[in-house]
Amino acid sequence: MAKSGTFSSLHDWLISEDFTSSRQARLHSVYLGWLSLVANPLAFAGFAVVLLLIIVAALAPVIAVHDPFAQDFLTALQAPSATHWFGTDEFGRDVFSRLIYGARTTLYITILVTVIVAPIGFVIGATAGYLGGWVDVVLMRITDIFLSFPSLVLALAFSAALGPGIENAVIAIALTVWPPIARLARAETLTFRHADFVVAAELQGAGTGRILLRHIVPLCAPSIIVRLTLNMSSIILTAAGLGFLGLGAQPPMAEWGAMAASGRQYLLDAWWLTTVPGVAILTVSLAFNLLGDGLRDIMDPRNG
Amino acid sequence: MSITQTSDAPLSRKSPFPKAAAKIATSFIVILTTLLGLMMITFTVGRMVPADPVIAVIGDQADQATYDRVYKEMGLDRPIYVQFGNYLNDVVHLDFGQSIITKQSVAKDLSRVFPATIELATLATVIGAGLGIPLGVIAAVRKGTWVDHLARVVGLLGYSTPIFWLGTIVILVFYAYLGAIPPGGRIYLYDEGIVQARTNFILLDSALGGHWNVFWSALHHIIAPAVILGYASMAYLSRMTRSFMLEQLRQEYILTARAKGLGQRPIVWRHAFRNIRVQLLTVIALAYCGLLDGTVLIETVFAWPGLGSYLTSALFFADMNAVLGSVLLIGLISIAINLLSDIVYRFIDPRTR
Repeated sequence: MAKSGTFSSLHDWLISEDFTSSRQARLHSVYLGWLSLVANPLAFAGFAVVLLLIIVAALAPVIAVHDPFAQDFLTALQAPSATHWFGTDEFGRDVFSRLIYGARTTLYITILVTVIVAPIGFVIGATAGYLGGWVDVVLMRITDIFLSFPSLVLALAFSAALGPGIENAVIAIALTVWPPIARLARAETLTFRHADFVVAAELQGAGTGRILLRHIVPLCAPSIIVRLTLNMSSIILTAAGLGFLGLGAQPPMAEWGAMAASGRQYLLDAWWLTTVPGVAILTVSLAFNLLGDGLRDIMDPRNG
Repeated sequence: MSITQTSDAPLSRKSPFPKAAAKIATSFIVILTTLLGLMMITFTVGRMVPADPVIAVIGDQADQATYDRVYKEMGLDRPIYVQFGNYLNDVVHLDFGQSIITKQSVAKDLSRVFPATIELATLATVIGAGLGIPLGVIAAVRKGTWVDHLARVVGLLGYSTPIFWLGTIVILVFYAYLGAIPPGGRIYLYDEGIVQARTNFILLDSALGGHWNVFWSALHHIIAPAVILGYASMAYLSRMTRSFMLEQLRQEYILTARAKGLGQRPIVWRHAFRNIRVQLLTVIALAYCGLLDGTVLIETVFAWPGLGSYLTSALFFADMNAVLGSVLLIGLISIAINLLSDIVYRFIDPRTR
């Protein structure tokens, strides 16, 4: 009872709009966002799956019941059973355990690409939008050139040149993901470019870097975060596509796209080899889309 | 009214031409720089390859003298900008080098595989637009009902499905279990060589030549990959159509039309839909370019002898000339489609004139 009492007083403190500190105001808006996320079942389902993905990736050695790399030709291509929940592959490896370790690969690629792309896209877009003039023209022309390629094809070309491998796949995907972020950051920056608070900061003698970081970043952040979340879904699909074509993670590493690809040879005898990793890709990618949609409703009501 | 007309007339008669010329000049420069950038990217990618281009030509058995001679002949001793100039010159003359796999010029290979991809992507776009646009319109009109939710689910699934996996599952179910579709390829082997190649679009060629059995065979082969690709673009198009329509339906002229007592059907199709046609065109162009991504994967799954299969097999054998040629061609198609939609946009929408 006492516990629920502290929770309800915490709830009251968070929900109240008579702020006593800026920290309370900040927590208040985070809490309200959380409440509307919980109220939206689809977005919450997406959030739950993403959380599950993170937990599974972190605890992979604990959850996986078998060694994902241990080969045993005596048990190759076995159908799903009590010992091997999702069956075994052509080398007798446990598909369930490989799926669990594959979550690590997927999360690794997604996070790394996002971390690389967010600052690059932001700096290029915001600089172009803020400075305008020929800087804008040059930067946006470069962005448009990258945008004019279909993204998977560009990623294919780069990973072909860099050689197969997971790090190169990350670089190749990052090279194709930044242009839309830059465009968005530019558009957002333009809406604030001549706002009074920016002009006031300029008059006080603030430099370009300071204005961008302290005044423009916080205002662009919501829509860029939404875009990055939605992007994670396409990063996962592109990574899986590269893996499928043999350009992503290399064997024996567990990667969902590559797992689905190698299962194609045994399609008629062992349907689970292709089906299971495909369902995993679909679920995670759908979850990021649902979460992104939900976040957009919360953080960026304009586009709702 | 007459006063403003007379005073405006000389100005407006004079201004359109230079303005239009400036517009055309700007878009020309934009296209030119995009093309240049495209080639800069493929050139850079070609230089990034760890394999020695000279060894690729003469093999690793040749002696040092031959190596040096070929190295010079290929212009690799020249400064990088000269090399880039040579590359541009080659591309302009449609010389993409020789393919290692087919031992033919890449340009010739591309002209052979390209129509197959265009055929597939075009049919997929027709399917995607034919289903996606009505679905989006209905979802917008019946916002919040089960139709809207269904459209949303269909759209989200289309966004999230790995297309190569969907293709594999379709082969498993419709070929292996139901026997309803062929496992891949463009026509049955026994139909090969009957049709005279005029356009290399097999559906068109067989229909022109009156070989209807080949036409049905080709249609039978194209239907599964085209529907899968079409589904992906339907997802995108229905979502975009929905949001464009919602924006229009909020406008005041719709309220006016309702107040006049106009029925639902003319309001939706003659008023609201008319106004989103131009936006839709741009989106369809984008969807078409997006499909070029999907074709690379789906062609591999369905053994469709197009640009995507050519590109992936070239990747597999590190045939860089073929890879770069294909990538450049795909980039060029994207630019061309966007340019085309831009021109039609200007043609349809009087506000852009």
